[in-house]
Amino acid sequence: MDEFITTNDVHLYYGKKEALKGINLSFPAKGINALIGPSGCGKSTYLRVLNRMNDLIPQVTMTGSVKINGVDIYSPKTDTVDLRKKVGMVFQQPNPFPFSIYENVTYGLRIAGIKDKQVLDERVERSLKQAAVWDEVKDDLHKSALSLSGGQQQRVCIARVLAVQPDVILLDEPTSALDPVSSGLIEDMLLTIRDRYTIIIVTHNLQQASRISDRTAFFLNGELIEAGKTKSVFLNPQHQATDDYISGRFG
Amino acid sequence: MDPIKKKIQSNSRETRQDLFGKIVTYTCIALIVLVVLSIFVFVASKGMATFFVNKANFWDFLSGKNWNPTMLDSKGSPMLGALPMITGSFGVTILAVLFATPFAIGTALYMTEIASGKGERILQSVIELLVGIPSVVYGFIGLSVIVPFVRNYIGGSGYGILSGSFVLFVMVLPTVTSMTVDSLRAVPRFYKEASLALGATKWQTIYKVILRSSTSGILTAIIFGMARAFGEALAVQMVIGNAAIMPTSLLSSASTLTSVLTMGIGNTVMGTVANNALWSLALILLLMSLFFNIVVRLIGRKGRM
Repeated sequence: MDEFITTNDVHLYYGKKEALKGINLSFPAKGINALIGPSGCGKSTYLRVLNRMNDLIPQVTMTGSVKINGVDIYSPKTDTVDLRKKVGMVFQQPNPFPFSIYENVTYGLRIAGIKDKQVLDERVERSLKQAAVWDEVKDDLHKSALSLSGGQQQRVCIARVLAVQPDVILLDEPTSALDPVSSGLIEDMLLTIRDRYTIIIVTHNLQQASRISDRTAFFLNGELIEAGKTKSVFLNPQHQATDDYISGRFG
Repeated sequence: MDPIKKKIQSNSRETRQDLFGKIVTYTCIALIVLVVLSIFVFVASKGMATFFVNKANFWDFLSGKNWNPTMLDSKGSPMLGALPMITGSFGVTILAVLFATPFAIGTALYMTEIASGKGERILQSVIELLVGIPSVVYGFIGLSVIVPFVRNYIGGSGYGILSGSFVLFVMVLPTVTSMTVDSLRAVPRFYKEASLALGATKWQTIYKVILRSSTSGILTAIIFGMARAFGEALAVQMVIGNAAIMPTSLLSSASTLTSVLTMGIGNTVMGTVANNALWSLALILLLMSLFFNIVVRLIGRKGRM
C-alpha cells in the first residue's frame, strides 16, 4: 500500500486523561476512509491530530509521529498555517462565516493572497459545483450564507474547503446535524470527489461508513481495534468488539 | 361548604404568592416609568420656557455664538447662542472617542485572543478599577498633569478641548473596552476554528472574521463611550477653561453643555431667563442621550439580521 498519511504510536492527553492510547494507522493517497466507534472513543480527537487543531486546546500533550506525504507535521519546523491549507476540515455543525456565500468560498483563497477576480469567480463556481450546491445558490451568491438551510450551509462549508484545493479533507461527522436528504447529497458528492482527494470521515452512522468508504478504522476507548478494507471490516471482522459494534450490540 | 369544593375554588398559597410577586414588580416598573416621564416632562417644560416665555428664537439658540443670558440683543430677545457649548461638547466627545477606540479594540483583542488567563484577569481588574475612580479624581489629575503638559509641550494656556478630550479618553476607555470585550467574546468559537482550519493566521482570523462579525457590537461600544463622554460634567469642567465663547482651536479655552450647567446652576434664580436657558441646555443633553440610545437600538437591530 502506498501510504500517504502515517501515524505512529500517537498518544494524546487532555491534561492527565489519555484520549489516544498509541494509534498506529495509515491511509493511502485518494479515496474515502471512515473512522467509526462509539462516542468518546477518540476518533474526532484523532482526526484533529491530522491538522493540528488540538493545538488550540490548552493542556493537550501529544507524543508519537504523524507524517503526511513523508513530512513530519509535528516537527518544530512545521508551519501550521501551511499544513491546514493542505489538510482541510469540515466540522460537525455547519459553520459558515456570517458573510455572503461568495465571500465564504473565497475566504481561504483571499487569505492566501489571491485577488484576481477571474480566478476567484472560477474557483467559486468549480468548488460549489463539486460540493453539489451550485444549482441551488448560483443566483444569489451574494446572499448571506446564514440564510441557507443547514444542508446547504454544510455543502458551502465543503466548497469553502475544496476551493483551497487541499490534499486531504477531514470531515468530523459532517452529516450528523442534517436531514437524510441533505446527508445523501453529501455522500453522493463525496463519492464524486474520492478520486481527487484523500478523505477521512468520522461518522456515527455505520450505514454511511459502509456505503461510501473504501477503508474503515474502528476505535474503542482511545485504541484502534481494527482497520482495513471496509468490506472486510464489516463482513469479516477480526475482533469480537468490532463485530459487536457493527452488529449493534453496543454503542 | 364542601371542603374539597372550597379548596379547589379558592386560590392556593402558590397562586397568591405569584400574584403578590406580580404586584410588586408591576408597582416598581410603574414607579420607575413615572419618575423617568416626570424628569422628561420637567426638563422639557423648563427648557421650552426659554422659547415660549422668554421669547428666545430657537434657531438663534442653536446657531448663535454669544452666550450672555442676562443681556438682550438688538431685537430685544436674550442672547442665548449655545453653539459654542454644543461645539465644545461634540469636540471633546468625538476626539475622546477617536483616541480611545484604537486602544480599546487593541486591549479587548489582547484580552480575548492573546492573553493567557492570568494576563486577562489582571487587565480585567485594571479596567474595573478605571470605571470605579470618581470623575473628580480624573479632573484633578487632568488639572495637575494634563493641563501643564499641554501648556508646556503643545501650546496655549493648557485649558481647552484637547485637555478635555485627553481626560475623557481615559474615562471612556474602560466603557468602550469592556463592551468591546463582550462583543468579541460573543463571536462563536467555531468561526475562529473554521478560519484557522482553512489555513488563516491568527491575525487574519482576527481582522477578517472576529472583528468583522463583531462590528455592530464594537459600534455600540463606541456609541456608549460617546454617550458617557457627552454627559460627563465635572472632570471636563476642571480642564476645559469654561469660556462660553466659540473655540478657535483645540487649545483655546472652551466650554461644554455640561460644564456651563454645573458652573451656572447655582448662580441663577429659578424662573429667570438665565435659569431657563440652562434648562434648555439640559434639554439638549437629554435629547442627545435619547439619540445615542436610539442609535444603539438601530445598530443592535441591524446586527441581528
